[in-house]
Formats: sequence, C-alpha cells, structure tokens
Amino acid sequence: MKSNEHSSAHYEISDRGDRVIAVRFRGNIDVDTASAIHKSLFPLLSDRNPSKLVIDLEAVTAFDDYGALILAELKHLVPEGKDAFEVINAKNQSKEVLYQVDFETLEKCAVSIKSKRSVHLLVNLGETTLSQLSTIRLMVAFLGSVFLAFTKVIMNPKSLRMDDTIGYMEDTGVHALPIVAMISFLLGLIIAFMSSMQLKQFGANIYVASLVALAMVSELGPIMTAIIVAGRTGSAYAAEIGTMKISEEVDALFSMGFDPTLFLVVPRMIASIMVVPILTLFSDIFAITGGLVIGVMMLKLSPGAYITQTIDTLTLTEIIWSFAKSIVFATLISWVACLRGFQAQGGAASVGNAATSAVVSSIFLIILFDSIFAVIRSYWG
Amino acid sequence: MEKKVLITVRDLVAKYGENLILDHVSFEVYQGEILFILGGSGCGKTTLIRHMMGLAAPASGQIVIDGVDITRCSDADFQKTLRKIGILFQGSALFGSMSLAENIALPIEEYSGLSSSVINDLVRMKLCRVDLAGFENYRPHELSGGMKKRAGLARALALNPKILFLDEPTAGLDPVTAAEIDALISQINRNSGTTMIVVTHELSSIYGLAKRVIMLDKERKGIIDEGDPYFLKDNSSHPSVRRFFNRQPETIMENGN
Repeated sequence: MKSNEHSSAHYEISDRGDRVIAVRFRGNIDVDTASAIHKSLFPLLSDRNPSKLVIDLEAVTAFDDYGALILAELKHLVPEGKDAFEVINAKNQSKEVLYQVDFETLEKCAVSIKSKRSVHLLVNLGETTLSQLSTIRLMVAFLGSVFLAFTKVIMNPKSLRMDDTIGYMEDTGVHALPIVAMISFLLGLIIAFMSSMQLKQFGANIYVASLVALAMVSELGPIMTAIIVAGRTGSAYAAEIGTMKISEEVDALFSMGFDPTLFLVVPRMIASIMVVPILTLFSDIFAITGGLVIGVMMLKLSPGAYITQTIDTLTLTEIIWSFAKSIVFATLISWVACLRGFQAQGGAASVGNAATSAVVSSIFLIILFDSIFAVIRSYWG
Repeated sequence: MEKKVLITVRDLVAKYGENLILDHVSFEVYQGEILFILGGSGCGKTTLIRHMMGLAAPASGQIVIDGVDITRCSDADFQKTLRKIGILFQGSALFGSMSLAENIALPIEEYSGLSSSVINDLVRMKLCRVDLAGFENYRPHELSGGMKKRAGLARALALNPKILFLDEPTAGLDPVTAAEIDALISQINRNSGTTMIVVTHELSSIYGLAKRVIMLDKERKGIIDEGDPYFLKDNSSHPSVRRFFNRQPETIMENGN
C-alpha cells in the first residue's frame, strides 16, 4: 500500500497522480453511516485539493439518499466540469437512487433554505406599510359589518342566536366572577391599607371609606374588570374564531348563507356588553368589602359608619359613569378580540398570535378610552 | 424464501372509554411488503394504526415492532423504535409555522448528526424525490392538497425509516395526483425496501399496489378477511368483503318499490 492511500471501514482512497483521486466505497452508505463518513472523509480529501474524483460504488451493499448526499458533497470539492467527477460501477439500485434525487442536475435547483425575506430596508418599509394599510382596511370593513349585523338584529331580533348568547354570558360573566371577586377584594384591601397609613396621621380615618369607594367605582373597578375579561374572554374569543377561520369553518358558514359576523360576533358582543357592567358592579362591591375589613380591623371604625360614609361619597353620576365605561370597554374587548380571530390565517401559530394580540389590543384600547373618558369628565364639570 | 416478520400484532384490544373498538385482533406484517388495511368507515382502521404507531395504548394485547414490544418496553427502546417509523398523517400534519424545507430538516437536524450546510443539500434531494424541488421556502398553507401530501411523505421519509405508515395517502386527490402518489409509494417500496402499512378506501390504489390486504369489520370488531385483493373480490366468503371490492351498496334500490 502506498503511503498516500487511506482506507477505513467504509471507503478507501487511492491517489492516481496528477491530483486525480479515486474513492472506493464499500458496505452500507446510508442513513446510519453517512454522518460518520462525512466527518472522516472530507478533511482527508480537501487536504489533497483534488482536480478529479473517481467514485467507485462496486462494493456498496446499501445505498440511499444519504449516500447520494455524500456524493453530492464530494462533487463540491472538485472544479465544475463534466470530467472532474465520475461515478463508476454503480449498481442499478444506486443508480436509481441517484436518478430519483436528480443527482446530475441537483445544482440547478439550488435555493438557499433560510432567509426567505428580503432584508432590504426599503422593501421592508414598503411591505410593513402595505400590511398596516390592509389591516386598517380590514378593521374598517369589520366595523362596518358589525354595524350591519347589529342593524339586522335590531330589525329582526329573531336572527340573534339566543342560546349562544346565553352560553357566552355564562362563560364571560358567571365563570369570571370568582376571579373578579378575589382580585377586587384584595385590591380594596390594599387601597384601604395604603391610604390609611397616610390618613391616620391627620386623624381622617373615616375618609378611607370615601377613597376606596371613589377610586374603585370611578376608575379601578371598570378597568380591572375589563382587563380580567380581556385576558379570560378576549383571548378565548380570538382563539375560537381564529381556529374556525383556519379550519375553513368560517368559509363553511359563509357558503351556507350565514353571515359570519351575525353568527359569531354579535352573540359574543351582546353577551359581553350585558355581563361586564354587572361584573364591574360586583367588583366595586367586593372592593368596598375589602376596604371595610381594613377599616374595621385596623382603623377601629364601626361597619355602620364605614358604609354610611361610602354611600354619602358615591353619587348617582359616579355610578352611571362606571356603567358607561364598562359598557364601552366590553364593546371594545369583544370587538377587537373577534377582529383578531378573523385576521388569523395559516397555521396553529396564527391562532396563538391572534389570542395574544387580542389581549394586547384590548388592554391598549381600555387605557386609551379611559383617558378619553377622563378628558370628557374634566370638561363635564 | 422465508418472509421475515417485522411487525406482530397479537390479541390487540382497543377501547375508547367503555366503547370496544377492536376485539382481539392479531396479524403480522412482513418485511418489505405493502400491507393495506381496509374496511368501512368507523370500523377502527385509524384506531388500529394509531396503536401500531404508539400514539395510543391498547387495553390489552401486544404490538411487536422489529423485536420490541412497544406496549411494555422501556422509554429508551420505545424512542428507538419510533425512529424506525415514518408516518404520513391524513392531513399531512406539516408544521404551519415552518417552511417546507424546515419541516423536513427538523428530524434530520435532530437525529442524523450531519452539519447544517450538508442538511440543506439533503433536504433538496428529499424534495426532488417527491417532485417538489423549488418549493423549499413555501409555507404549508401555500400548497395544494397533493403537494402537501408529497411534502408530508418527504418528511416521513426524512430519516429513511424501515416502516412507513400512510393514513389515507390519496384521499381527496384527483385521479392523476393520486396515481402519482401511488407510483411514488411503489417506487420507494421497491427502491428502499421500506415496509408500508397503508390505510385507504381508494380501490384503484388497492388494485394497483396491494398484494395483501386485511379487512376490518365493524360488527366483528376485528379482521374479517385477508389476502390478495383480486382473489377476495370474487372469492371471499364474506358478502360484505365482496361488496367492498365491487363497490356495491348494502341494499340495492330497485325501481318501483
């Protein structure tokens, strides 16, 4: 054996001079051995910088596309040209494998697998702008179709799917009550505790009741409830409708002559608009109870005095504002959640995105409209 | 030459809750064959192969794949056996968040030990093999039904499995595309010696590819007949099997009353 020959379990390399190298494969060149062959063979060959490779497949017992892969990689080592790479003594089975993977023309279908999108700044900017514009178009169209569907329901109340609506009311309202109650109670507790630290210094303990009642009824009650509903119900709406969209159920509805908005969106929106104000009311009551616990246990106020002070503080206007806010929030949450659901397209990931963006958009809209309410009130007087 | 048994199903009992689906089913799959599992809707075909693929645990019985009883082997053995199996799901089950190339590269990256530059070439070969070269960067939802099936097949074949399960590979495809898929299946079987278990209703596929079929029955909750489809078509002792192969309805409507 010459010193420049090399052999292993799966191949032997022999140098025929003039940088012509012959590789004789043997045994199984397949899925199980390809990785090992690739790792050991390539350093040996690339060191020799071959100008021509002759591949002998005579002693190969099993050959599959992983074997073809090894050959394809070997082909990259020699300069391009018809004679630089030669496969000899291939059996029929190996030939058929090479034929099936279009070995001869493999280079032609070379497309890079990663980095699909163009990275050009201007192209990205254009694409993003166009997609934002189409989102806005969709939002306007969806707003319109919701209005139309509501008009239909008002003109013809029978077209509302009552059973669905009641089901959604139960889901959105009754099932959310424990978590709303728990959070509001703790929130009332915290507000009362924190404010008492300050008010105690002035001997104004009784005003803890006013603070809790005002803060909860006019601001925190509607907002906290809306955020909980956005997280619980908004995400569920978006995921439900998104799944229906990608599994063509929405198309099926449409083709059967149903208006998908009327069928899917209106019951959800009506359910939310009905129950979120009630949830808000519960939230207020539980928060005030939380404040009462602190007032009685830590500030030694009598329950009667605390409740009287609360009732004296709250005016009807406060409560009506609270209701108005929660109705607006409920409308926003259910509208944007359904919109996000309808925007889903493609696969499972888009449903997840729809649910996430439903929650994020809801919370953004809640805060935005709360500020608008604040501005309106400041002019109201 | 003695045929080597690759899969043995012995006294398999499958239930959904209290609902008995398969009652003591036993059969063998030989190395290198294409076995068809047939039967009317709701007779437990999908249940049977779900058990064979290890996706569901049987109420009782054994499933031995290449010497390993997957119903009671260790986790490591089970994982090893899974590597020998490729599956083409009914809806292709391609991952929607990934491109075709990434779908196929996923198992290769995980198990083959090849470097990523080499994997690109391999993925291209796999796609060439199912005639999808040039579609590397498409997402599954941008493909037609037939293309999805072929892509699913390419992914199932990513690691050149010994055994390939095909759940309704040609359902819902036009005759030409279906014939192409059938040709691909037969080519892979001939070329790589892959053992295949096919669930289908398509008579043309059955007549074209099958040497041996097993026929399940809803009443019997098990195998009612097995053999060569051309033989069973006229000579099965069960009328329901003959009806299946001859495409006859159970009750033939007569004119008048």
